[in-house]
Amino acid sequence: MIAFENVAYNYGGGELLSEVSIRLAPGSFHFLTGPSGAGKTTFLKLAYAELLPTAGHVTVFDRDVRSLTRDDVAMVRRRVGVVHQDVQFLDHLPLAANVALPLTVAGRDGHMQDLTDLLGWVGLGKLADALPASLSGGERQRGALARAIIMGPDVILADEPTGNLDWEMSVRLLTLLVELNKMGKTILIATHDLNLIRQTKSLVAARVLRIRNRRIQLAGADL
Amino acid sequence: MTLRRRLAAMILPDRQADRVVPPSGPTAWLTTFTAAAMTFLAVFALALSLASGRLADRWAGALAGTATIRIAAPVDQMAVQTAAVLDILKTTPGIASARAMTDDEQRALLAPWFGPDLPLEALPIPRLVELTEDADGFDSEGLRQRLLAEAPGAVLDDHTRWQRPLAVGASRLNLLGTLSMALIAAIMAAMITLAANASLAANAQVIRVLRLVGAQDDYIAAAFVRRFTLRALMGSAIGAIAGTIGIALLPPVDEAGGFLTGLGFTGFGWLLPLALPPIAAAVALLATRAAAFRKLRELT
Ligand SMILES: Nc1ncnc2c1ncn2[C@@H]1O[C@H](COP(=O)(O)OP(=O)(O)O)[C@@H](O)[C@H]1O
Ligand SMILES: [Mg+2]
Repeated sequence: MIAFENVAYNYGGGELLSEVSIRLAPGSFHFLTGPSGAGKTTFLKLAYAELLPTAGHVTVFDRDVRSLTRDDVAMVRRRVGVVHQDVQFLDHLPLAANVALPLTVAGRDGHMQDLTDLLGWVGLGKLADALPASLSGGERQRGALARAIIMGPDVILADEPTGNLDWEMSVRLLTLLVELNKMGKTILIATHDLNLIRQTKSLVAARVLRIRNRRIQLAGADL
Repeated sequence: MTLRRRLAAMILPDRQADRVVPPSGPTAWLTTFTAAAMTFLAVFALALSLASGRLADRWAGALAGTATIRIAAPVDQMAVQTAAVLDILKTTPGIASARAMTDDEQRALLAPWFGPDLPLEALPIPRLVELTEDADGFDSEGLRQRLLAEAPGAVLDDHTRWQRPLAVGASRLNLLGTLSMALIAAIMAAMITLAANASLAANAQVIRVLRLVGAQDDYIAAAFVRRFTLRALMGSAIGAIAGTIGIALLPPVDEAGGFLTGLGFTGFGWLLPLALPPIAAAVALLATRAAAFRKLRELT
């Protein structure tokens, strides 16, 4: 689905990531950990073609991201659901319209039943008409997850999706992601919360990637 | 994307796209106002252009008339000088044809004053030579010099020629009117570009979110294009109506006389201001679209 081959990246200063070679196989479940500032968000941005690698190759759905036109990138965004670290909604539209936004911009409006089901599934059924500004952190995170999956993407990338949630809410959200993985979706979650990873390991066969010294390596049993 | 779909996306953007960009901020009125004011001015430029065009045509038409050469000579030299004048005219560039009037024609010309039985042969009546110039016109000063040398009794009378500078002036005025309209269109494009840029910048965050959820540039641009095109169309319609009323309220030609009051429309010309709002809309569409694509590349 998504493959990194000897990828390096820097924001113009020193190298942030280097020699990164990773393949996200269909149906796999990965965690990406590392201290704050290690480059987790940067890695995800490379994976959904928001950034282009400064060296090496990133391949998304068998296409090198460097060869993608702006329209191609838009198409990639429709097939890769992303839960962003700083969840952003359109503040003038109610939650339901925000969750349906990927459908709207793709000209595929009108699956209202699906939308209602989805909002119910993430526990936001009663908040469909609420404006984003009135939502709590956890509600925003779940809204973002709903928006990320409404197009039925093959891959879901979540950047600290439990960042400002309490433990109970974190586990609930993670359970949703595990369910999605059981439906066959490829999942990658960036988080620095090791407890959460341990909690999840009993539910799903997840692999843990760790950023250390600019490299990404598979973490062993030392978690 | 096919060309047809591309055009459709440009001209008839999705109504949904309208909703995803929040209702506009303080610069919204700027486009409507600019389009109204500029179209108001354009109506006058258009009227000026049309009126001076008519004037130029009329004066240029008058120029195409004839000039005359009057030959006053003793009766015995008359035939020689007339032949000499015709020879000179034959070799003068810019003269299409020349012809000496017959006795009958001259008698007819003089009849109103002297009656039909004028004994032309016995009187020292000047002979008239009528000439027609071609489109380029002839050099009247040069012709005068040659006549003076070779047929001293001949006098060139080119009284219609004083209108030539007026005809030139009128066609310059016509050009200025056209140029003014082009400048008005350019100013409008510039103002709308500024307003569109302000609106795009104010909505930078919205644009980023839309790109992140998979919106194509065409889709996002359409939301802005639709808005600005409609505003320009509306403003321009107001300006066109106001301008046309202004022209209609000018005093009529016969009342004030002269050249300036010829400023106005005639016949179907009154329908021409109707063409301005669609032109303004097209200018707004192109300006906003260009601004949107530039900003989109800059933002994401
Ligand atoms: N747009 C940017 N320009 C310059 N530096 C950046 C930019 N974004 C992130 N960084 C820097 O890159 C490093 C990694 O950031 P990030 O990928 O967000 O890390 P993480 O998500 O693991 O906390 C940080 O030091 C951050 O300051
Ligand atoms: Mg981060």
